[in-house]
Order: sequence, then structure tokens, then C-alpha cells
Amino acid sequence: MSGASTEIAVAPVTPLRIIILGATSAIAEATARLWAPGGARILLAGRNEARLNEIASDLKARGAAEAIDWPLDCASANASAELGKMVDRLGGLDILLLAYGVLGEQAELERDPAAAARLITTNFSSAAAWCLAATAVLEKQGAGTLLVIGSVAGDRGRRSNFIYGATKGGLALLVEGIAHKLAPLGARAVIIKPGFVDTPMTAAIANKGPLWAKPEAIAASIVRAGEKGGPEIYAPGFWRGIMIVIRNLPVAIFNKINI
Amino acid sequence: MSEPFVTRSDILSWGRVVRAPQRVATPRFRDELDKLLGAANGASLLPIGLRRSYGDSCLNDTGDLIDMSRVDRFIAFDPAQGILRAEAGTSFSEILRLIVPHGWFLPVTPGTRFVTLGGAIANDVHGKNHHRAGTFGRHVRALGLLRSDRGHLTLTPESDAALFASTIGGLGLTGIIEWAEIALVKTDSSSLEVETIPFENLDAFWSLADASTEKFEHTVAWVDCLSRGESLGRGIFSRGNWTPYGFHDAHDDKTWKRVVADAPEFLLNPLSIGAFNELYYRLHAGRPHTKLQHYVPFFYPLDAIHGWNRLYGRSGLLQYQCLVPRATEREAIRALLEEIAKEGQASFLAVLKTFGDVPASGLFSFPRAGTTLALDFPNRGAATLALLTRLDAIVRDAGGALYPAKDGRISREMFRLSFPRWQEFEKDPAMSSDFWRRVSA
Ligand SMILES: Cc1cc2nc3c(=O)[nH]c(=O)nc-3n(C[C@H](O)[C@H](O)[C@H](O)COP(=O)(O)OP(=O)(O)OC[C@H]3O[C@@H](n4cnc5c(N)ncnc54)[C@H](O)[C@@H]3O)c2cc1C
Repeated sequence: MSGASTEIAVAPVTPLRIIILGATSAIAEATARLWAPGGARILLAGRNEARLNEIASDLKARGAAEAIDWPLDCASANASAELGKMVDRLGGLDILLLAYGVLGEQAELERDPAAAARLITTNFSSAAAWCLAATAVLEKQGAGTLLVIGSVAGDRGRRSNFIYGATKGGLALLVEGIAHKLAPLGARAVIIKPGFVDTPMTAAIANKGPLWAKPEAIAASIVRAGEKGGPEIYAPGFWRGIMIVIRNLPVAIFNKINI
Repeated sequence: MSEPFVTRSDILSWGRVVRAPQRVATPRFRDELDKLLGAANGASLLPIGLRRSYGDSCLNDTGDLIDMSRVDRFIAFDPAQGILRAEAGTSFSEILRLIVPHGWFLPVTPGTRFVTLGGAIANDVHGKNHHRAGTFGRHVRALGLLRSDRGHLTLTPESDAALFASTIGGLGLTGIIEWAEIALVKTDSSSLEVETIPFENLDAFWSLADASTEKFEHTVAWVDCLSRGESLGRGIFSRGNWTPYGFHDAHDDKTWKRVVADAPEFLLNPLSIGAFNELYYRLHAGRPHTKLQHYVPFFYPLDAIHGWNRLYGRSGLLQYQCLVPRATEREAIRALLEEIAKEGQASFLAVLKTFGDVPASGLFSFPRAGTTLALDFPNRGAATLALLTRLDAIVRDAGGALYPAKDGRISREMFRLSFPRWQEFEKDPAMSSDFWRRVSA
């Protein structure tokens, strides 16, 4: 072996620079736990500073090179100014995960237009502002991925939750367009559509059946979406089939069933 | 704000015998706990972990449960000193995935890694190394306890010795353990050199046990509890030490096999259990042999089949774990095995382990110097309960104790005999459990 070159070319591994909006959500935290062991640098934006802090310590123990608390109300922040500061802090952006949102109660939202408007602002208007701000950053970089958590509820309006569903449906359309715009530039955008997930958002629903997934399962789909694929991913994957059926049910039948 | 406590009928303990619906809250953050204490409206509370306790000590059907398994963050890990601080709901499985690559291991582990830090402390669990390391509680340097009457406390063995001794092994009844700091042990690798030695009867077991404790960090024996007469107490002895071969490979939980449905009851009849015991003994009975094993199959053989408890069908299983002290252990273990063999209500898994002299830190800690026998019985109602009552009598006469983590039926009298210092216990007035109502009634 002497004389022969034993040098192995090692590609420099730069840790992923990740921004998570709504970092205290169960799905976001489960996802961050999967990113941490790879030595990612993760910026955690959310309202509750103490909780962000607890999550940051955990991610550091799990191997994150850096975990930065960024106390912020994402729904009312000036997205583009704030995102600029975040990207500066990280020195670039590889992944932005938009994970905040509220479920609300359909009956209550129908009774109270102000509450409905607030939900629409949080889930759609403010989220759209972040998506557009992120698009500008990714466009300039010519690289990076925007990951947005949508919902299967956004695939067809149903009487039980069409206000929430509309915000998620709108977001899906927006992300689809952004993905289209970014594609030739080398960047990506993906909307992740979970089905039923066992999180505090859905805690009031007792005795969850076989369609329910743990946040960890959704997290695995999100991490995969960060690596490849898009612009639309169902999580877990079996929801794609279910939603094809639901979207294609003739109205005459659809209107008779209570889902 | 939606109601934090939700009535659920899918909350069972590991034995799956008690099926009453439970009201459960599932917090994710420590800052939610104060509110939960307030939201109980006078109903009693009980913090729980991953419900790997078999009986009713992790159930509270007339009150509320606080499922701590999502309060599961690492707070600080010092890989140089081997000190870990984590929230109470963190599982042993996650802890191992973090610490093993750094060359550390849990100081004590039970036979499943799907237990939480809080649950392990509240039962002061023991492992195969009890004769060296004592119980888990001895390795707890500090813990955060939330009491309904005294708020947030930080306990060390020195700071509040009495409340610390109540909380180690305290069955969730002294308050909510919010976090704990433990001292880890350094290991040379993530594998063990394991010797497997068949023994033909109880006498042979005792000599093997005597010969092994000095030289082996981990010892345990499996017993065929259907064998009688000359071969009463025949079994397989297993003993191991960490190897110095230098790999530090943590496990990955992605490869579980799952039991998704209850097995039909007829699967577990005396005939099939007998056949299993015979087969298991014969499989291992050849010559003694030594092999290298990763820590997962060595410490956690049953975890390979996630949900194996469902193999016992809808009626569930009753586990019985007792301990008999040194002075009486030989006669008592013989009497217990004779009683079981006579009945023919065999157990799939009968495990014998000798405990060492290291004193436990808790008032309700189960381990003490002597020998422990653990058995799983398919729940056959009255017949099984009657057998267990006869076993109780043998344990009582021997001056022994029963393990609350495995119990769903013992009397107040038996509990007090098992834990003679019960009067010193500093219970939290808001906490209770099905188990506690029975043994304190
Ligand atoms: C296959 C198998 C093998 C086992 N092997 C062993 C063994 O070798 N040695 C051994 O000692 N045990 C063994 N056990 C029993 C198991 O280790 C204990 O029951 C353990 O305490 C379970 O932990 P858990 O997180 O599931 O807690 P749970 O069963 O949910 O709760 C256990 C107790 O802890 C209390 N508790 C839980 N969390 C908290 C908290 N945050 N604050 C205060 N109290 C709390 C509960 O109220 C309850 O009293 C085994 C169990 C199984 C299923």
C-alpha cells in the first residue's frame, strides 16, 4: 500500500441551517429531534420563551450544533423583516419549516366572524407572508427548501371544518405555485398534508382509531420532504389514496355523508 | 381552552386485566403541570409513564391521570462526567440512544427499555446487576418534585432525606416527578460476553448463583416451572459482563415487530405453555456456551415483540413477583415452585434472581437481600387468584415481600408486611391510585 494515495475525498459537510416557525408544536418538535443528531443549526421561533428554551436544550443534547430561541408571535410579526434577521443570524437558509396554525371549532367560528377572521389571519394571511418572504430568500440563494404544514382538510370543503380547511387549501395552492416558480432556480417548496395526528391540538378527541398517526411519523415524512420530492406530500402516505377518493366523490353522494 | 382531562377506554396497564375507563391529561410541557393540579377539581391525581406496570398501580379510575410520557426532553448531558438530567417522561430507550455512543450506560435497567425515568424512580426498579449496583434510586442525584401542597421542590438524598426516601419507590403518590438527574456508568462497549448454563434443579441453581455474583455484573435465571420432583426448578442460568471490544452502538427503535391484535385465548393453555417450557429448556440445555451479545437482546429480549402482552388475549395476564429473604430463601423458593407445578397453571416466564445487600433508598422499594421470583400467569379468574393467594401465604411465612409494580390484587395486610415502614410515607394529599385505595383501605 505504501506509495499509493490513501487520501479519501471528503465532501465538506456543512450543517443544515434550519428555521422553524411554530417550533413548540408537537410536529415541529418531533421533526427537529430528527434533524438534531446530524448537527443541524436550528432557529426556533415561537411565542413561549420558556418552552423554546426547554426544546433548545433538548436539541443540543441530541446533537444540534446550535439551537437558537427566537421568541416571536409568528402570526403578527413582520415576516420579511424578521426573516431577514433570522437568515442573517444563520448565515443562510437551507430549510424553513412553517409549522404554526390553529384548529379552531367550526361551530364557534361560524357564530363569531371576528374569531373566523383571526383564524384566517393566523393560518393563511400571516403564513402566506412568511412563504413569500422565504421565496424571496430561496430565489436569491438559488437553493434551499420551504416546507409548509398543510392538512388533508384543505383538499375538499366539508361542513365539519371548512374554515380551517379553506386556510390550509389556500396555503396548498400558494405553495404549489411557489414550487413552480422555484423549480427552475434550484430551490424547492413542499406542502405536507397530514391526516389525523395525535397532538395537543386534537387532545379532546378520545380513543383515536387506526387512521391516527403520532407526530413522530409525520416528522419522518417532513424530514424526507426536506431532502427530496414535492410539491405535495401526504403524511402518512396512505392519505393520498383516501383523498383521491374523497375529492372525486360525486356531490350527490358527498352531500349525503357526514364526514 | 378545551378540557385537559379526556375520558379514554384505551388506557390499560401492562397486564390488561383492569379495563375501567380513565380520565387522562397528556401535557407536553412542565409549565402545564400547575394548571393540571388545579384543574382536577378535587378528584385525585396520579402521574403515569409508559404503563409498563402490570397491575393497578398506574391506574386511577375514580380520579385523573397525568400521562407524563410527552414531557420527555433532555435538560443537560455531560458526556465527560456521565451525568444526565432529563424530564420525567423521557424513556430509557431514548436515553440509551443518546448516551451509548458516548460510552455510557444506564446504571440499572429493568427488562424493558420502554419505561420512563419518572416511572423507573417511582418503582425504584432493579435489574440483573442488583447484586452490584442496587436499585435505580441509588443513582438518582437530584429530582424535581411538584407537590400539590408544597409546590416545586428540588430533592437530593441530603436536602430532604425523608421526602426523597418516600419518592424513590413512591408509586407516584408523593407528587409529580418533573425531572431527574442520574449518574450513568461507563462501559467499555455496547456488547456483553454472556454465558448460558443449563442447571438441572434448584440445588444446582443455588450453587451457580453463589459462584456467579462475585465475577459477573449481570446474572439472572429462567426456570421451567412445570418440572417436578428431581428436576424441580431446572432452568437456564445466564450471566454476563461488558466486553472491552470497543464498539459503542446504540439501538434503533425503527425495527419493532408489533402484535396488533389480541391473540385468541386458546393459544395459551397449559399444554402450549408446557410445550414452550420444554422446548425452551431443550434449546438451551446442550452444553454451556459463551457468546457476544448486544445490550438489546441481553437486557430487553421481550422488547423485540412490541405489545407481546396482547398474546395473553383479552383477559390479560397477572404477573406475580415476590422476594424472600436470605434466611428463608431456599425453602421458600422450593415451596413456591412446588405449589405452581402442582397446580399446572404454568407460567411462560419464570425468572429467578438473587438480590444483593446494597440497601435500597426508598420506603416502598421492593428489592432487598434475598431471592426474587417473577411469574406471568394468563388470567383465568378465580383459579389464578386462588393460586396467587396460596403463594402469598408462602411469601408471608418466609418474611418476604411483593412487588407493587407487578401487582393488581394484594391485601392491605400483605402490603404492610412487605413494607414495614409504611407509616413514615409522605404521601401527597392530592394523589391516589387504584392500588393505593386497596392497600390503604
Ligand atoms: C417486560 C417488562 C419487564 C420488566 N422488568 C422489570 C425488571 O427487571 N425490574 C423491575 O424493577 N421492573 C421491571 N418491570 C416493571 C417496570 O420496570 C416498572 O413498572 C416501571 O416503573 C414502569 O415504568 P413506566 O414509565 O411504564 O411507569 P408506569 O407503569 O406508567 O408507572 C409506574 C409508577 O410510576 C409512577 N410514575 C410514573 N411517572 C411518574 C412521574 N413523572 N412522577 C411520579 N410518579 C410517576 C406511577 O404513578 C406508577 O406508580 C418490567 C416491566 C415489563 C413490562
